[in-house]
Amino acid sequence: MLPYVFRRLLQAVPILLAVAALIFVLFSVIPGDFASSQMADGRTNVDAETIARMNKQFGLDKPLPQRLAQYVGGLATFDLGDSFRTRQPVTTLIAERLWPSLQLAIAAMFFAVVIGVPLGFLAAVKPGSWIDMLSMVFAVSGLSLPLFWLGLLLMYAFALTLGWFPSFGYGDGDPRYIVLPAFALGVAPLALLARTARAAVLEVMHADFIRTARAKGAGSYRVLRQHVLRNALVIVLTTLGLQFGSVLGQAVVVEKLFAWPGLGSLLVDSVTWRDIPVVQGCILTIVLFFLIVNIAVDVLCAVVDPRIKYS
Amino acid sequence: MLKRLAFATAFSLLAFAAHAQEPRKGGTIRFTAPYGASFVSNDSHVSNQIQDEIYGYALHGMLFRWDSAAGKPMPEVAERVTASADGLTYTVKLREAFFHNGRKLTADDVIWSFHRIMDGSKNYPGALYVARIKGATDVQKGQAKEISGLKKVDDSTIEMTMTDKVDPGFLFYSATTAILPAKEAQAPGFFDKPVGLGPFKFVEHVPGSRMVFDRWEKYYKPGKPYADKLVIVPMGEAAARDIAFRNKEIDVSILGSTQYVAYKADANLSKGILEVAEVFTRNMGMNPEFKPFSDKRVRQAINYAIDSELIIKRLVRDKAYRAVSWLPSSVPAFDKDAKPYAFDPEKAKKLLAEAGYPDGFEFEWTATPNESWGIPIVEATIPMLAKVGIKVKVKPVETSALGGVVAKGDFQAYIWSNTSGPDALTRLKCFHSATPRSSCNYTTFKNAEYDKLIDAASAESDPAKQLGMLRKANAMLQEEAPVWFFNYNKAVMAYQPWLHGLQPNATELALQRYEDLWVDATSPAK
Repeated sequence: MLPYVFRRLLQAVPILLAVAALIFVLFSVIPGDFASSQMADGRTNVDAETIARMNKQFGLDKPLPQRLAQYVGGLATFDLGDSFRTRQPVTTLIAERLWPSLQLAIAAMFFAVVIGVPLGFLAAVKPGSWIDMLSMVFAVSGLSLPLFWLGLLLMYAFALTLGWFPSFGYGDGDPRYIVLPAFALGVAPLALLARTARAAVLEVMHADFIRTARAKGAGSYRVLRQHVLRNALVIVLTTLGLQFGSVLGQAVVVEKLFAWPGLGSLLVDSVTWRDIPVVQGCILTIVLFFLIVNIAVDVLCAVVDPRIKYS
Repeated sequence: MLKRLAFATAFSLLAFAAHAQEPRKGGTIRFTAPYGASFVSNDSHVSNQIQDEIYGYALHGMLFRWDSAAGKPMPEVAERVTASADGLTYTVKLREAFFHNGRKLTADDVIWSFHRIMDGSKNYPGALYVARIKGATDVQKGQAKEISGLKKVDDSTIEMTMTDKVDPGFLFYSATTAILPAKEAQAPGFFDKPVGLGPFKFVEHVPGSRMVFDRWEKYYKPGKPYADKLVIVPMGEAAARDIAFRNKEIDVSILGSTQYVAYKADANLSKGILEVAEVFTRNMGMNPEFKPFSDKRVRQAINYAIDSELIIKRLVRDKAYRAVSWLPSSVPAFDKDAKPYAFDPEKAKKLLAEAGYPDGFEFEWTATPNESWGIPIVEATIPMLAKVGIKVKVKPVETSALGGVVAKGDFQAYIWSNTSGPDALTRLKCFHSATPRSSCNYTTFKNAEYDKLIDAASAESDPAKQLGMLRKANAMLQEEAPVWFFNYNKAVMAYQPWLHGLQPNATELALQRYEDLWVDATSPAK
């Protein structure tokens, strides 16, 4: 297993390099740069001389391939450069924001797993029942609701109307602060997990080995627990991994809405101000996280299903 | 007897009213910073964003402050300022003030702070202001180590020689020119827990979530600040801010036009609304390099063709004041008797015909998605301009890219919100032909008579005479119409009934002198 994990980690390197190159190219073709973004508020004038000085300060006067080469060189030593806006190392900025983002992602996935997976299993066990109908309505709604709107709706219902939770903020370890943003973020993966779990269970329930188990006299509960759920779990786990990774990227909207101090809000600000080193750092971190979670899921799948072997 | 009773009752009521208005010590102010998701950093010299200025006013002391009531800058950390006869040299006597680490402010701190701002390798935004001190740009370019126009007279006095006649009050009231403790600020880790001269001392910054401050006991204004604690939350999303405000989790909120209407219509919320005409002019700049716009009559025709009042009423929902010329109504040089361009399509047609465009023409209008001065406004003008034969092609651009596009002259027309105060002379100089486009003469306006007037106003020492000249220059701008004068921003702040002492700051309503704010006992904040 370890060689497999090592190989997968090595495979992540060209992916990260490709992402870094893509961001470099994208930011060089879209209009606007850091110097001109300073004028966005209509009160600051940045004259040509200052723009030239800024470009020199941030190395933006050098050709793109040279800048890219320098950046890649820095990556080898975990140096992500300095932020144009804050003048601080990008690694410091990411370190400040990573844990709140992870907290949010973990809490969102907690909601998704605890509600979505049982809901999907129940729907599959009783297909066509009201539980099935309800879970599918919930799943379709969950996948269709715009995150921003859902967040506002939750704030309105549970903060303003019922007063159960604060409408924004990080809190000081007070778990009430994370409930609304995490639930808002967790609804889409919850819906997807419910649908996937339902489909997976239904598929396994119609497999030959289940019919064989039943023919051999195994009880419904035993068939469900030992054969159906275990086999369906592999598919659910794979979906879970994919969702866990992408939740960090989707957190952009939720963090901004709920004033949550994560990577997402840092990323949005940095894109707005064309703070390229921070944008790169944030995206690379999210991509890296996505890759790591998926490797972990592959390993978990092998643990759950002994038939899966990685050579 | 009745008379006596009436007198006693009146006296009691007056006494109660006086007591009710007596600022209360203690409590927590929960302020919001509405222009983005995060503060840039704990270093106020680094950022020119209002978002950072909002916390800078709590943490730092500047030489001057903007006095909202007087509508002009007043000495702040500077106790007394005297000008030389030629109006170029200022002697600044510093007040007795203490940094949050207890150390007394000295002239060296001011001098070091200004030298730091002029570090050419760092490009701090405050350099724009400090550069007006003689010799400052030499330091920026690396041609000198010391700003020749900045001298220490004694431990609490400095002398500033300016490059031109400019009131330093207009230059040194923003947190980009904050005074830092010279020695301490050079120590590693200083900005993890920064120290300033402001009314509140730094406690913590949770990036993207909040900045917390405690009352500074040795603040230089006796008895101030009133509140024990200040929490500033960056909340860029208007809808989220609205819910938090209604939920009484924050004490203030800057309102957009949609919320403005809703708050005004609400019996309770409408009681806590503060409005001010900010020094921002929303306008459509016209590039004279695009042939039709080189003709004054065409530019005037555009001003006549658009029903600005209607757009302000229906689309901006009255959250703006009709613009007359460039200078806004909150600037003393604004002429209260001047009338804006009337909505007169027939006159517009006539002017277009005289200019050689009887069938109109087509132009490209660069605009951002901004609801108050972007594409929605452009779309509203399209049918109005079409009626006089002018066709508009919208060229969308991201807000952060607009400045670059305009500064490069890569446009036929643009719509923007530009600062038009508080210093009328500085703002009108933007239309002087010697001012490059990249500096602020975005429409490359050129008029010899206007230049002469601005030059004379710059050299004038008599404030009344200067004011007259500036008024004339502003009227000339209206006549020349380098832009479509759309509106002046009406900034609107909603505040909770327990918050008192807010100031109608025309430079930016979200910037408040926190030492003057206080919360009464009904505040739900701990």
